Amino acid sequence: MRLLSQVNNPYGDDKNIDGCALFGMINVEGTRFPFKDPIRAISNMRERGNGLGGGFAIYGIYPDHRELYAFHVMYLNRQAKRRVEKSLKEKFRVVLSEELPTKEAKVWNPPLIWRYFIEPNRSKVNEEKIAEDDYVVKNVMHINVSENGRALIFSSGKNMGVFKGVGYPEDIAEYFCLEEYEGYMWVCHSRYPTNTPGWWGGAHPFSLLDWAVAHNGELSSYGTNRRFLETYGYKCTMQTDTEVFTYAFDLLVRRHKIPLELVSKILTPPFWDEIDCMPQKQKQLLTALRQTYSGLLMNGPFSVIVAQQGQMIGLTDRIKLRPLTAGVKGDFLYLSSEEAAIRVVQPTLDKVWNLTGGEMVVGTVKAHAFVRLQLVTTLLGN
Amino acid sequence: MEDLTKNLEISNLKIGAVNIDAAEMCSFKLNALIRDLVKRGFKEFNLHNVSGQRYIGAGLSGNIVFKVHGIPGNDLGIFMNGPNMYVYGNVQDGCGNTMNDGLIVVYGNAGDVVGYSMRGGKIFIRGDVGYRAGIHMKGYRTAPALVIGGRAGDFLGEYMAGGVILLLGLDENAQREVKFAGTGMHGGVIYVRGEITHFGKGAKREKINENDLQLIHKLAKQFCALFNFDFDKVMEQEFIKIVPVSHRPYGKLYT
Repeated sequence: MRLLSQVNNPYGDDKNIDGCALFGMINVEGTRFPFKDPIRAISNMRERGNGLGGGFAIYGIYPDHRELYAFHVMYLNRQAKRRVEKSLKEKFRVVLSEELPTKEAKVWNPPLIWRYFIEPNRSKVNEEKIAEDDYVVKNVMHINVSENGRALIFSSGKNMGVFKGVGYPEDIAEYFCLEEYEGYMWVCHSRYPTNTPGWWGGAHPFSLLDWAVAHNGELSSYGTNRRFLETYGYKCTMQTDTEVFTYAFDLLVRRHKIPLELVSKILTPPFWDEIDCMPQKQKQLLTALRQTYSGLLMNGPFSVIVAQQGQMIGLTDRIKLRPLTAGVKGDFLYLSSEEAAIRVVQPTLDKVWNLTGGEMVVGTVKAHAFVRLQLVTTLLGN
Repeated sequence: MEDLTKNLEISNLKIGAVNIDAAEMCSFKLNALIRDLVKRGFKEFNLHNVSGQRYIGAGLSGNIVFKVHGIPGNDLGIFMNGPNMYVYGNVQDGCGNTMNDGLIVVYGNAGDVVGYSMRGGKIFIRGDVGYRAGIHMKGYRTAPALVIGGRAGDFLGEYMAGGVILLLGLDENAQREVKFAGTGMHGGVIYVRGEITHFGKGAKREKINENDLQLIHKLAKQFCALFNFDFDKVMEQEFIKIVPVSHRPYGKLYT
């Protein structure tokens, strides 16, 4: 439980460096499926992790409460739980609260973990004149910052949930009884922290509202990105690069309503000498994007899976210093650190490829569209 | 100790091929089994249902043949010193890492850093390779060779110090040209069938000469024989070569 506390970073360098395994699969028809394939796939990459962090984001798991925010909260002790519950009751209407079902498994020192189905207090939202989602973000951030490691709201979306902790992913799955859940999208992570101990809150996926991010690598641009996001009110409390991705997507997609095609051009833009060779209109657009959002350019080695309700996004750094493979079979899109992990659950694929540097792959429910954004750059000029 | 060999299908106890079903076997167990059998004199291995197991063939010497079915894991053939390895599928990252001698033939595509720090032997990839193929390749007594049938990702031959890379680019629908080829290279040579225009720092483009052509012929012929390509057709197009500007590109960095 000690590991829930973020003061476990003995180097005080504000971030963790990871060498990890990523796996995600989405059914674009929205059909829900059980844990068997995702667990089989992520555990096939056991060597990429070291048992100091495993986690899952599952979408479509709470259909009976789809209108309510589902908060998953870790507590260091009962006092922290009392404090957080008091503040939840002030700011929200708590419809249902229960301890997350767990069972004996090979996990290390688990904290108390509770689940709440809640809705924002209407009058308070109106009073503050902000959108409901922003109200939730604000309060999640406030609680996480003021508890300072004694409690952590690590999942706060609707009809989705994050389950994570210190252990190998298959053990985390057992601990949280994931055999009882079904989802149309699973994002899985196995962690190999290299300069801090693993702690429960630091396991991936990192999540805020419907966003969940699992990440392999390191952002050397972390400081720049963090400062940029802080000017928009985000508080980076987790000491991981992962939360920077989450807030960047939240800012660009949810708040600034920027289409994903352009989001990839902001996070992993073409080099200036490539922009110089582009047609005038395209050049203007990409120059403007790079100037406006220069603080969100992501540098350093990374591959990342970002999920939101109905959508799974894969992205790699511009010079491809971490692996990510995509596979398509029927209604499924797979993203994985290694091709073998996809093949172990789906030996025959319609299509399989390794992402190129800066390439974004998107699988969207209903639209049935798998877009290779690298190939649609020409559209940006139109 | 557990007898790892008890469930194996061994067709001829003295010299025959060993069939190993690698399904559900972890990297450690598979490699321990192979090393044990090599010690007992077996020379030919058919590996089935391979699925992400790393370091297959690591450090093995001698006249051994591997036939790999499935998707082997990272660092296939790492430190290998002589064996021949045939892979009937794609390989992941780091194939042929610091390989000393031997042969790796891949009938599919390869991931990133294929031929990483390779010091000898040959690698033939039928399809595409990922980023940084042939990074840090070197040649001391023998020149290693990496032959790529399809297209290559960026930073081909990065920091190359020796050896030969031959990029055939046979996939006519390839969307993207390799960028930053030969970044930081200070030895060796990259041959490219057709043209490329984007080089990294420290590399320059040159016309090929008669000696180059002989070497290209030799490697291309072997490639075509392995994968059933029409040699004459492959050779119809012109080749260029990329060589280092200097053998000590950073020699004056800290003067």
